[in-house]
Amino acid sequence: MESDRVIVVPRCLLRIINKKMFELIVFYIFAALLLTSAVMVITMRNPVHAALSLILAFFSSAAIWLLLEAEFLAIVLVLVYVGAVMVLFLFVIMMLDINLAKIREGFIRFLPVGFLVALVMVIVMGSIVGSGIIEPLLEERVYYGPGFSNTQHLGQTLYTDYLYPFEIAGAILLVAIIAAISLTMRARRDTKAQDPNRQVAVKRSDRVRLVSMKTEDR
Amino acid sequence: MFNDLQTLCLVIVLAPLAGALLAGLGGGILGRAGAHTVTILGVLVATICSFVVFKQVIVDGMPPADFTVYEWLSSGNFSLQVGFLIDPLTVTMMSVVTFVSLMIHVYTIGYMHDDPGYTRFFSYISLFTFAMLMLVMANNFMQLFFGWEAVGVVSYLLIGFWYQRESAIFANLKAFLVNRVGDFGFLIGIAAVLMYFNSLDYADVFAGAPDLAGQQITLYGTEVWSVMTFICICLFIGAMGKSAQVPLHVWLPDSMEGPTPISALIHAATMVTAGIFMVARMSPLFEFSETALNFVMFIGAVTALFMGLLGLVQNDIKRVIAYSTLSQLGYMTVALGASAYAAAIFHLATHAFFKALLFLAAGSVIIGMHHEQDMRKMGGLYRYMPVTWICCFLGTLALIGFPGTSGFFSKDMIIEAVHLSTLPAAGFAYWSLVIGVIVTALYSFRLFFMTFHGSERMDRDTWEHIHESPAVVWVPLCALAIPSIFIGLFLVGPMLFENYFAGSILVQEQHNVLATLGEDYHGPWGLIVHSFTSPMILLCMATGIFLAWIGYLKQPDLPGKLAGWLKWPYRVLVNKYGFDAFNQIIFAGGARKLGALLWQIGDVKLIDGLVVNGTALTVRWFSGVIRHLQTGYLYHYAFAMIIGLVFLLVFFVHRIGFAGLTP
Amino acid sequence: MLTLTHILLLATALFCISVAGIFINRKNVIVLLMCIELMLLAVNMNFIAFSHFNQDITGQVFVFFILTVAAAESAIGLAILVVLFRNHDSINVEDMGSMKG
Repeated sequence: MESDRVIVVPRCLLRIINKKMFELIVFYIFAALLLTSAVMVITMRNPVHAALSLILAFFSSAAIWLLLEAEFLAIVLVLVYVGAVMVLFLFVIMMLDINLAKIREGFIRFLPVGFLVALVMVIVMGSIVGSGIIEPLLEERVYYGPGFSNTQHLGQTLYTDYLYPFEIAGAILLVAIIAAISLTMRARRDTKAQDPNRQVAVKRSDRVRLVSMKTEDR
Repeated sequence: MFNDLQTLCLVIVLAPLAGALLAGLGGGILGRAGAHTVTILGVLVATICSFVVFKQVIVDGMPPADFTVYEWLSSGNFSLQVGFLIDPLTVTMMSVVTFVSLMIHVYTIGYMHDDPGYTRFFSYISLFTFAMLMLVMANNFMQLFFGWEAVGVVSYLLIGFWYQRESAIFANLKAFLVNRVGDFGFLIGIAAVLMYFNSLDYADVFAGAPDLAGQQITLYGTEVWSVMTFICICLFIGAMGKSAQVPLHVWLPDSMEGPTPISALIHAATMVTAGIFMVARMSPLFEFSETALNFVMFIGAVTALFMGLLGLVQNDIKRVIAYSTLSQLGYMTVALGASAYAAAIFHLATHAFFKALLFLAAGSVIIGMHHEQDMRKMGGLYRYMPVTWICCFLGTLALIGFPGTSGFFSKDMIIEAVHLSTLPAAGFAYWSLVIGVIVTALYSFRLFFMTFHGSERMDRDTWEHIHESPAVVWVPLCALAIPSIFIGLFLVGPMLFENYFAGSILVQEQHNVLATLGEDYHGPWGLIVHSFTSPMILLCMATGIFLAWIGYLKQPDLPGKLAGWLKWPYRVLVNKYGFDAFNQIIFAGGARKLGALLWQIGDVKLIDGLVVNGTALTVRWFSGVIRHLQTGYLYHYAFAMIIGLVFLLVFFVHRIGFAGLTP
Repeated sequence: MLTLTHILLLATALFCISVAGIFINRKNVIVLLMCIELMLLAVNMNFIAFSHFNQDITGQVFVFFILTVAAAESAIGLAILVVLFRNHDSINVEDMGSMKG
């Protein structure tokens, strides 16, 4: 199986790195990229920059997912997330006229708190992960290989075992669409659209008012 | 044979009920004539069947029958049943009740002629007949209690029949409340019976009574009573309520707010005698407690004398008769106390006839006078209402016990029986009854003279309209007058001295005063002759009549002067010994004060203030404190979530440990 | 050699960064939403890693669902944001105190 893999690297490097080593290098590169862009997301002064950093983060995690043979999801992440969701984010950011100065107030003040919490979590989670209790169980890394279609496999599982959750997910998306539209849609005051309902329901007393007046003296 | 009797009994009980239901629920469809037809038909059927059963038991000598027709519920080895006990006592009561009830039904057609509640009235009195029959025919305490309460309910409804009158509503509420006091004792008595005999059937209870005679019960603290005394006194308290004995008599005079037929049927002839009947029925229990018998006799004597005295100062014609009823009920109670149960029942029967007669006569007068009840505005009516006059005269004679009338036999026998009784209270009771004879004669003839003789004191308008009552009114009067006079003559011998009540009334040897009396019994005529040869009672009676003649015919201004001289006793009598005022102030006022106290402190302060509002205030205070946690800022909630998450994570890791994470 | 630990540590770091981001960007709703996206990304990363190392496709199915729900969430969140801005003329979280107790 391993011999099927075609890896294009300079011949000189090939001598010092084998395939696994190379995988690790790729992982580190994208991991560094991912963490850097994540830090940029939370520290950027301008939301547009933050959104662009997030796009970068998505790209790099998609690359890592490819390493883990989750090809379909990696593509979906790029297409759906970067192509749709992040574009939506950018639209909104640019559409709204946001006062950046006010937004960033208190950024420094809460920096220690944020890092403290993050530190605690890092310690706790890292202590679990780093304790090595997971690793021995999953020592053997088995590849599906190039002949295996991740998309087909995922689709088969999705449409058989997870059919009902899948339908529900569809319904959730539908609800989200309707909700988003109904939230943001508003009738403009200056439109000249006619409402047949009101036209039919109108009564004389709504339009005409009879008043009795004294005749004017000549 | 047995089945026939069962059917007959069911018909007797259910015919009036059917009449009551038809008239009550279908009164609108049946109309007035329809309503009185169905109810009278129902009671007529019951009367005829009662007489048939009476004949079977008394004349043909059928042994007492005790049977169950329906089991209502059972729990373990205890069950509540509907059943009938047919024995001489029962059939006597049945006949009296149905006959008087029938007469009253007929009379009501005339009396209630113009009343808007006509069908309702018929429905009630038929329902009453049903309830009373259930009471007297019961073979267990449960059914007795059912009948007991049912007649109470109908009595309540009928006292307040004219429910738009404030006084009627007050009277029926009073009757209801006073009866509750009695019923409370009654219920405790029944509960005690159930506790000690483990059964509510008469047969079981009476059979077990001798075994319990010596047993004792410890009441509050160290007070030790005989069980039988306790049970009997509790039961008798029930009888005091229903039969209006001092001090639970206060409701009966007020019950005269009801229509006159009701006063006659319920508050003179039948319902008020339920207590007498009950004690007679319970004779196998009462015989084992001399204390209870003494108590009964004492209460009866007090009622007989002192309630009679009250009749002297009343001016309302119906109230006078009501107090005379109280007094006569006292006589019956004394007879019970003297163990002369048969005499009590005998007096009950004769009293039912002549008191119903008197009430109906009073009702007839009231109709003639256009619903005027004040005797001071009557007089000289004998010219205009001869039939009523004669009937009333006969009823009065029977009431005072004129030799030869039914009242003579029954009352004389009671007095003689008490004279022979050896109980400690007998002496007091005897003299109370003898003085009671004077009083009875005095108030009876006072009523008679004030109403029918003397000057005509009514106003001109009324005078022009005085007339004899219609036939539906005077026919029952005559029908009741006949037994009032003659029934004593025929019944005194068999009922008192010839084992009439064998099997239904038990009298112990040492109490059996009637047997002693029976040794000297030589027929009814002998009694009449005896009354002339040893004329103390007769003299008392004559004294009473003479006084009435002086005071209300010869010297009509004399009573007024007398009242002026004897201010203090007169006021005591007018105020009815202060029972009403006492109840009004102590019990009614006390209850109201207690209620106000509970309301102010218990309800307003404790429940509303502390519990209800206090809870709400605490919650409000607490939420006022913790609501500051709700800043409304999104990031605070987000922080809370994340900090919670961190805590959970730390807790999770350190609690379970890493080992716990391995699959 | 790429092991599970590498991925898990990476996801942990990512998650912690986004938590810190929520704290320090506490006023800007848009950045808050982005931080949530980052958190979800970290979770997804874990799911995919376990799926891969366990040879079990179920993990990826869940990632699929998470992506769906996250898309719906961000769509609605942004819609709310737009309405909010229209009404308040601001997306500053501190201006939204009408739920204060």
